[in-house]
Amino acid sequence: MVERQSPLEPAYHPGSHGNFEHGVDVILSETRPGSILQLAAWPGEEKRLIDAIRKVTGLALPDGAGGGVSNGGRAAFGFAPGKFTVVDEAEGLASAFAGVITPDIGTVTDLSHGRTAIRIAGPKAEWVMAKFFAIDFALPAFPLGAGRSTNHHDVFAQIQRSGADQFDIYVFRSFARSFWKALCHASEEVGYEVH
Amino acid sequence: MLITCPYCGPRDVIEFTYQGDGNRERPQPVSQDLDAWNAYVYDRLNPAGDHNEIWQHSGGCRAHLRVVRNTVTHEILSTAFARGGHKSAGHRTEGKP
Repeated sequence: MVERQSPLEPAYHPGSHGNFEHGVDVILSETRPGSILQLAAWPGEEKRLIDAIRKVTGLALPDGAGGGVSNGGRAAFGFAPGKFTVVDEAEGLASAFAGVITPDIGTVTDLSHGRTAIRIAGPKAEWVMAKFFAIDFALPAFPLGAGRSTNHHDVFAQIQRSGADQFDIYVFRSFARSFWKALCHASEEVGYEVH
Repeated sequence: MLITCPYCGPRDVIEFTYQGDGNRERPQPVSQDLDAWNAYVYDRLNPAGDHNEIWQHSGGCRAHLRVVRNTVTHEILSTAFARGGHKSAGHRTEGKP
């Protein structure tokens, strides 16, 4: 098996950084999931696609725009009308969906090598995220498991809240290192640790 | 200026791309009616007031939207998915420039 290399590697420095002498307020890490898929339903087929996601992953997506669910190893969320991102820490999720999402339901696109997953966690995670993205990160507006699509200086980002003070950010692999560096700079003032 | 995307909620205008006048009706592709094609390509009402527009939430969910915007105040009066074939409610005065 070929080992997948991280685009962050030259800029990935585990340890404490920035203004951490008064405490580390965010933890940054790369989660490196084995599978990142984009599923899209044809108009009117959304319910069948959501059923297929439940059948294959066991994740029951809530109704509503941007609804999602995260259980640690697996995660799914809506990022656009009829479109969903599904993530698994194991490889091979695309082939698990291959026979289930038939051409009359929609499409499966394997983005496992095309996206990089970055996790930001800690009491100041919302504060740091709010410096990047013009959306409301407060828990009532951005509930647990929910997904949002937005961008930072033309770098598209899909964001899922995977914990009360934890977000998973999916960015294009080719922009990931630049985004990671910006995220590190933005986290300096609160003190950050790279795991 | 904030535009409320029906999927994503209120977002800054920087996330959106203007896709043009929402009043135009494209002639059938086989149409030989040159006046209709000319009107489709060139004629704009350019109103000072409510205006039907097509926008794309290009920096978010990428859906195309029907937006009614007041061209004087920039107030966004309504937004809806363009895909639903929904005709938005901006005022049009037929034939007047």
